[in-house]
Amino acid sequence: MAQPIQTSTAAGPDSARLAIDAAYRTESRRILATLIRLLGDFDLAEEALQDAFAAALERWPAEGVPDNPRAWLVSAGRFKAIDALRRRARFNASLGEIAERIDSGAGAVALGEDVEDDDLRLIFTCCHPALPAEAQVALTLREVCGLTTEEIARAFLAGAPTVAQRIVRAKAKIRDAGIPYEVPSRNDLPDRLESVLQVVYLMFNEGYSASFGDSLTRADLSGEAIRLGRLVYELLPESEVAGLLALMMLQESRRSARSSPTGDIVLLENQDRSLWNRELIAEGQALAETALRVDQVGPYALQAAIAAVHAGAARPEDTDWPQIVSLYDLLLRVIPSPVIELNRSVAVAMRDGPAAGLAIIDAILARGDLIDYHLAHSARAEFRRRVGDLALARESYELALSLAKQEPERRFLEGRLRHLGAGSGLSAGESGQLADQAQK
Amino acid sequence: MKYMCMVYHDDKTLMDLSHSEHAEIVRECIAWIEELEHTGRHVFSSGLQSARTATTVHTENGKLVITDGPFAETREVLAGFTIIEARDLNDALAIVSRFPAARISKVEVRPLMQPDSVVTDPLDQKLVAVLKDVIGAHA
Repeated sequence: MAQPIQTSTAAGPDSARLAIDAAYRTESRRILATLIRLLGDFDLAEEALQDAFAAALERWPAEGVPDNPRAWLVSAGRFKAIDALRRRARFNASLGEIAERIDSGAGAVALGEDVEDDDLRLIFTCCHPALPAEAQVALTLREVCGLTTEEIARAFLAGAPTVAQRIVRAKAKIRDAGIPYEVPSRNDLPDRLESVLQVVYLMFNEGYSASFGDSLTRADLSGEAIRLGRLVYELLPESEVAGLLALMMLQESRRSARSSPTGDIVLLENQDRSLWNRELIAEGQALAETALRVDQVGPYALQAAIAAVHAGAARPEDTDWPQIVSLYDLLLRVIPSPVIELNRSVAVAMRDGPAAGLAIIDAILARGDLIDYHLAHSARAEFRRRVGDLALARESYELALSLAKQEPERRFLEGRLRHLGAGSGLSAGESGQLADQAQK
Repeated sequence: MKYMCMVYHDDKTLMDLSHSEHAEIVRECIAWIEELEHTGRHVFSSGLQSARTATTVHTENGKLVITDGPFAETREVLAGFTIIEARDLNDALAIVSRFPAARISKVEVRPLMQPDSVVTDPLDQKLVAVLKDVIGAHA
């Protein structure tokens, strides 16, 4: 039972305590990832993590803080797990077998190799496509981000028991169906990476839609998603990862400006751009540029590029709409989707006038696409109004209102209808809502 | 671990294939099975005759009832299956990704229940306990 050698003087309880707190804050997730690999089980690893820190609390004050706290904690966690399994083996023989397997398996815990891979293994396992989508998100938030079940539940406006069950079932599926704890092979990496990025973006959008007055945890989800994005990018500096990270940063940069204190939508057109986070924008733009420097540009990179063009306009009227239309053209070739066609129509309208945009939306709806999508009808209403078809504009606004579910959007549409009724011309900035859509 | 790969498709898809397209897929399926045989990962495969040839048996009020047709009238029906030996789910999925049937049908991949299976589902745990009891009694 070799222990890493510690060369430190007994520094006393206070510095030991500080070191333990620091280790918990910065290293506990990575330690968990390694323990999951060594022990082959999530729950066992979580217990071992707690036991390891308990052991540190007992021993570091007297023995001193180890040179490599992470190595010490992993080692301690592993031994505690083997001990615990051996004790329980008195009642359940199979646990004894598992204990022996773990004890012989790792040999000397060589911490130098593969540790970064442990984080990747954990992320890819939590985001395995064989798990239900909501379970992927919940499991990732729990195991990779370290959120409690209650925090996850609050963030998703779900009950804690529901989230707990989702996580339990996901772990059961991993165990029973034989989902291995590994980084996918080179061949499988692109598809599997897509799953991971999807989970991260889902997480981000949950937090992004959190409005003023929602719990802090909901808004924090976006921050969590960005942190996770950074981690994945550090481990896998691929174009699409950079693209997603850039997209999230650029969207997040506008958080302070996009809703009023009363929770009303502030259109892109009308946002106070001095409230935009310039640091996030700079970082996002740089990442977007990096993401674009590949032969085959992917959807996240392209969406980031579009967001970067918007972020680069000092005033709404400085927006380079032709550039945005070109980017949408590329995006459509990569993912043909009616929603993207819709967003492109808005950019086309800004470049060529409302009639051009209206023609595109009319065609989409005539095909039978997006008929139940409220944003399609509200965009159509805008274009109809601007070409002078007020009666048809009203029709579309009303249809949009009947389909809109969220309060801030409903209030916005009701406001539009009122303005129409008053017969007054709306400010030149109303195209902002459309421009806003072009952000999604 | 042993996995069963169940192929589900709707008749129309198969009927719409030309004779040569259909032959090509079958040829590739056979090649796929042979490759698995080579690497010792094939347990057993078979296609099934069409759903119209199915007969379903169940018991109602203590009486055996025989009905024409598959157990449920669904658009997609079980058309065949392959049992494979794989290291884990990723390995099984990699094998199935090369299964030509996956190009035109849905393939469900599920682990077989064996006495040494690791199971967490309460029903599965009950089954394992029952199996141990029964197999133990015959040992």
